[in-house]
This record gives sequence, structure tokens and C-alpha cells, in this order.
Amino acid sequence: MFDLTGKTALVTGASGAIGGAIARMLHARGATVALSGTRVEPLTALAADLGERAVVAPANLSDAAATEALIKTVEEKAGGVDILINNAGLTRDGLLMRMKDEDWDTVLEVNLTAGFRLTRAAMRGMMKKRWGRIVGISSVVGATGNPGQANYAASKAGMIGFTKALAAEVASRNVTVNAVAPGFIATPMTDALNEEQRAAISSRIPAGRLGAPEDVAAAVLYLASEEAAYVTGHTLHVNGGMAML
Amino acid sequence: MSDVADRVKKIVVEHLGVDEAKVTEEASFIDDLGADSLDTVELVMAFEEEFGCEIPDDAAEKIQTVKDAIDFIQKSAA
Repeated sequence: MFDLTGKTALVTGASGAIGGAIARMLHARGATVALSGTRVEPLTALAADLGERAVVAPANLSDAAATEALIKTVEEKAGGVDILINNAGLTRDGLLMRMKDEDWDTVLEVNLTAGFRLTRAAMRGMMKKRWGRIVGISSVVGATGNPGQANYAASKAGMIGFTKALAAEVASRNVTVNAVAPGFIATPMTDALNEEQRAAISSRIPAGRLGAPEDVAAAVLYLASEEAAYVTGHTLHVNGGMAML
Repeated sequence: MSDVADRVKKIVVEHLGVDEAKVTEEASFIDDLGADSLDTVELVMAFEEEFGCEIPDDAAEKIQTVKDAIDFIQKSAA
């Protein structure tokens, strides 16, 4: 089950905790992985750790030309993009009344528009092969909202709509398009929280704990696999029960 | 000239999996050959690759029959 031998996966935001875990898991199942991100050092370290079947492809996804070029680079370096994981994302939190245009634009550009551009560029190859997997990393916040994150929530909800529309377009070509919506996941970002804050968050999660990056990666692996061929346009919530959607 | 026509027809036959006899110059991709809108996009992509030309979106929209495709490609090559 879930064997990805012979497939190539591009993971954006692979320098982060969740992206790194996704890349590791797909690689462990036999995929060749292309690691993208803005910070080269963690990408190189991850590639070295993985050994064979790992290539580094840094890109700044707020740059349209660089985003388009990334797919070409990966096709040249790794031989194609069978599986595209649109994971790269960032936050610029703030209450709407004080939110600057650039905070809105940056979040939408990286979290949503870059995924659109990458998907468009990768789709050509997938259509030809009559096989492809697109997985977008959304967020529970895209479904439930969260004060201080109007921009982030909009980008993550946007990804879900994008996923559904595209899924309908390309289903007949054996290309599936799905999203994974993580809840609170333990990452360096949440490490900064104090005990009290952590307890407050955990009390809202029926599972009683924060998720691990591997919890998200396992959901991505499933949607990227051959076994999930009949699942498309779906959003898989990985949130310990904090929002049952 | 007929070379372009033959190559276009070959792509259409291969891509849509239809009988060669049905691929006449008057045949409409959607009405006669059973293509859906995504097929037409893929056909245009295949023509671009085969003939090394670029077919802009507004021109692609007007390519509805086999003859439309042949004419466009011959014109762009001229």
C-alpha cells in the first residue's frame, strides 16, 4: 500500500516542519522528492539526510517568474512532477482594521496564487501522463475562521475552492486534486507558546494534544497514493477533532 | 501542405481515439468527434508541440474544426 516508487513529488515549503515531514514520508515510500523553499540551508540538510532520490530546488514563491521556472527546474532535475504538494505558506496576522494591503497581498500571493501558478505549470505533464496528484495544504482556519487572520483564512479557504473547481476539471484524466486542513500542529512556531497557552489550546482539542507534522504527512501520503485514485475534490481535516467538518 | 493536414489528423486520431475516417476537414472536435472542452485545450497543446508554434488563447478559441486547425498552422508557418 501507498507505494510511490517511480513517482516524483515536488514539496514547496520543504524547509518548514510540516513540509519537511511530508517530504520525508513521500521519500520513505519510494518517491523522488524535489525540495523547494526560500531557505537553502535546511533544504540542503534535508536532502543530504535523505540521500538518494532528493533534489534541492529553492524558489521565492512571491515572485511569479521564479514560481513558473520552478516546475521547469524540477522537470529537468528530477524528470517530471507527478505529485505536487502546495505546502508553502506564511502568516501576516493582525486585526483587519489595522491590516495593511501588503500583509493581505503577500499572504494571498504565497499561500494561494503561487499554488495556482505551480499547478498550472505542472498540469501539462500530468495531462500527458494521464496521472497526477495535487495536494494543497489548507488549514482548519480556512473552514472555521480565526480573529486576526482574515488574510490567512481567506487564502486557506480559497485553496479549498480552488481544489474543488480543479478537481472537477481534470478528474477524467486521472489527476486528483485534494486538500489537507491541519489544525494545531506542533512546530517551531508553536514551541514559542508557554505552558498556559498550550494547555488552553489543548483543552479545545478532543484528542487532548497538538498534532505532529507526521499526522499531516500521513494524510498527504494517502491522497498522493494510487490507492486514493477515487478521492478528489476532498478536504481531509487533520485536527484531533477540534472542528468536525 | 497536405503534410500539415496529415499531421493534424494523426494527432486528432491519437488524442481522441476516433476512427481516422471520421476525421474529415469539416469535422468539429466537439460536435462530431466527441471532444470535451479539456480535449480541445489538450489538442491545442499537442499542435503547439508538433509544429513548434504558439497558438494564443483567442486564436485557440476559434479552432473548432480540423480545417480550422490546419488553416491556422499553415498561416502561422507562412
